[in-house]
Amino acid sequence: MASYKLSINGGSYAVEADPKMPLLWVLRDLLNLTGTKYGCGMAQCGACTVHLNGNAIRSCSMPVSAVGNQKITTIEGLSTDNSNAVQQAWIAEQVPQCGYCQTGQIMSAAALLKRNPNPTDRDIDLAMLGNICRCGTYPRIRKAIHKAAAMMKQPPAKSF
Amino acid sequence: MQPSNSINRRAFLKLSSFTGAALTIGFYFPALAAEDASIVTAATANNLGIALNAFITIDKTGKVSLVNHRAEMGQGAFQAVPQMIAEELEVSLDQVSIVFGPGHQSKYGGSQITGGSSTVRGAYKHLLRTGATAREMLIEAAAKKWGVPKEECYAKNGEVIHRTSNKKLGYGELVEEAAKLTPPKQVTLKARKDYTIIGKPLPRQDTPAKVYGKAEFGLDKKLPGMLYAVVERSPHFLGKVKSYDDSAVKNMPGVKHVIKVQMPVFNTVREGIAIIADNTWAAMQARKALKVEWDITGFEHLDTAALFNRMKEDLKKPGLSQRTGGNFEATFAKASKKVEAIYETPYEAHACMEPLNCVADVKDNTCEIWGPIQGPDWIQRDLADRLKMPIDNITVHMTFLGGGFGRKAFTDYTTEAALISKEIKAPVQVVWTREDDLTQGPFRPGAMYECKAGLNNGRIAAFQTKMAAQNMGHQNPGADKSSFNDSTTEGLPEPYFNSIDHYSFSDVPTESTIPVMWWRSVYSSTNAFAYESFIDELALAAEKDPIDFRRVHLRDERHLAILDKLEEITGWKTKGKNSGWGLALTECFKSIVGEAVKVSKQADGKLKIDRIVAVMDCGWYVNPDIIKAQVEGSIVMALGAATIHATNFADGKAVETNFHQYRMPRINDVPDIEIYIMENEEKPGGVGEPGLPPFAPALCNAIYDLTGKRIRKLPFNMNEV
Repeated sequence: MASYKLSINGGSYAVEADPKMPLLWVLRDLLNLTGTKYGCGMAQCGACTVHLNGNAIRSCSMPVSAVGNQKITTIEGLSTDNSNAVQQAWIAEQVPQCGYCQTGQIMSAAALLKRNPNPTDRDIDLAMLGNICRCGTYPRIRKAIHKAAAMMKQPPAKSF
Repeated sequence: MQPSNSINRRAFLKLSSFTGAALTIGFYFPALAAEDASIVTAATANNLGIALNAFITIDKTGKVSLVNHRAEMGQGAFQAVPQMIAEELEVSLDQVSIVFGPGHQSKYGGSQITGGSSTVRGAYKHLLRTGATAREMLIEAAAKKWGVPKEECYAKNGEVIHRTSNKKLGYGELVEEAAKLTPPKQVTLKARKDYTIIGKPLPRQDTPAKVYGKAEFGLDKKLPGMLYAVVERSPHFLGKVKSYDDSAVKNMPGVKHVIKVQMPVFNTVREGIAIIADNTWAAMQARKALKVEWDITGFEHLDTAALFNRMKEDLKKPGLSQRTGGNFEATFAKASKKVEAIYETPYEAHACMEPLNCVADVKDNTCEIWGPIQGPDWIQRDLADRLKMPIDNITVHMTFLGGGFGRKAFTDYTTEAALISKEIKAPVQVVWTREDDLTQGPFRPGAMYECKAGLNNGRIAAFQTKMAAQNMGHQNPGADKSSFNDSTTEGLPEPYFNSIDHYSFSDVPTESTIPVMWWRSVYSSTNAFAYESFIDELALAAEKDPIDFRRVHLRDERHLAILDKLEEITGWKTKGKNSGWGLALTECFKSIVGEAVKVSKQADGKLKIDRIVAVMDCGWYVNPDIIKAQVEGSIVMALGAATIHATNFADGKAVETNFHQYRMPRINDVPDIEIYIMENEEKPGGVGEPGLPPFAPALCNAIYDLTGKRIRKLPFNMNEV
């Protein structure tokens, strides 16, 4: 067991964990951040996707000891006020069915749009290949990513 | 296909918390075989001691709570049921909140199983009448208060309005008075043209929680003091523990207990060693250090080839007849043209994205279960039996399900969790790893079909199918193994039985120790590949266009309308030579679906799917966007089973252990899917499953149209055709 100080969603979390424990289980079992899902345990399905310094990674295959002081963002921290364009596009396109894989899908999509604000269908396919959806929501995922890209170009809505 | 025991209908009612200062009203079935439900208030139900299947309660603030008796596993029950209630109750959808009905068969009566695409088609009339009855009682209460005839009042947007004076009272102000009234025996339901909620593509209420990571799935459930368990189960189906060595495990960090557990699998028992720790990872790590010696005597060391050889041999035996008409043999013998073909479909895993899991908290005389669950009342009954507890002491809570597809209607994983909790005297979450989930079954049974038909004058004169496949029903304790499979014709459109004079459908139940279970659309998922590929072969043998050939045999308005629609959307009459089009039309769970697929060859010679179109006729429907989503999902699942994945066996074990071997369709495998919903006044049909069966035959018929190559065995590799 070892002590770690993790930077998650802008906050600092102290945990005692086996150095080999994957970040996924640290988040879920030790910190109760259950929006990040277990799907396969071998980086095949993407249900556990989180951001490490803004890049999408599979938290099931990242030992906690390898995280260091890199910034972790989970689905819970993607936006503080539910204003994230990807999440809003996901709602607009009614993407989720069972919803289990969708937090991972959204984290992959958000990372894609950060580095490529104008993705083509092929860019989307390549970025989202690592995320499995058994409900088969892929056509809607593609539409929602295009929609999010368009929303991000709009000036933010004024509030009165 | 139902478990053999009939449902115990002992009725206690604990609705006391819903009586008093609220209007609570629900429905129940006065007799086992009753078609019409009776609608009563909570107070009446309490007095009579009867059970309600579903109910709504309106409190003094006007808030409507609906106790939903169906699980939400992605199919949209969470949306469709409130949409029906809100329409007739005259409230907006955001005034209705949903409470999952915990599994409590004595409370709800009847089966709460979410399966068979039955949520809407099973209860729509009763849900509509429940909403309308509450509305009428609120109107009557308002009329009484104002001293006016109730005919002068109407309800809208959660209020009762007096037509002439425009006086208004909110539902919350009326519930106390309304609860004292007797529900009217007759209510008038709204006409379809007046609907403002039903039939509209309203966004699902569970979507925000799911995109913000706040939806609670089974695996997310936490209880104070809860421990985490993983179980090393026999890799051979149904094996038992001979001995085990936990010396390297017991002192590992976080490990609390190592115990032997049993899990019932139909009429037999599978044993395993459970490792219980203070987090999931610790339990998984310790499992790797565990040594178990298995007793696998009596179990089969089958591999896939041997299994399908067994089916091939079975096809030579006489079948158990499900349905016959006329004289197949004599007509076939004299037919001017004879066609014969054998089709083969693989075993499949459900592979829900949320692996199986269950939280159990068993105390001296109570048991509580939380998890992704399709059949809460079956679990309740099963646990009452095994734990020897009164059925009312067992509560089953349904969380959101991360996929179900039939697998989560089974009671093995919940029983195992309860037995572990009982032994360690603590709440526990049992987590199945992906490997456990993919290798332990039950699986969709593989199947082999022998089809024969005789054609006369361009029409089918005689049609015969014999299916060799494991019969799911034969696994139940005490099952009669001489009984035929009642799903042999599942998926085949009914009008064929009117247009074909001589037919015979039978099955030979293939024996195997592999546990099998419903998989989305059940036997239709395999039957349809045989039937609709064979119909295509017959059309070509008759030298007829596949749509025209079907028109001759499907003399029914609804079926013909789907064929017309497919012809129109696809531009069927003007399809060119450089692409292939195929179609299929199937019928199951009271819905009819036609699908067409267009394929072409890319520059590198590989096949590509250009278009997928689907026409769904599910009769009266609630939410067209949910229907489209379900058909899209069904097609993607069918695409995987047709062209990508299968569960294979070697030495009596499943070969594919995780997604690197059981490969799934990914985003680049799926083109856009166009879906059309037929508008008619027919009774509602199922939505979650019927879109799956026609896809594989439509795809293979398209490939034949393009390449002349007939695919009779699934799965096949698109890149190798």
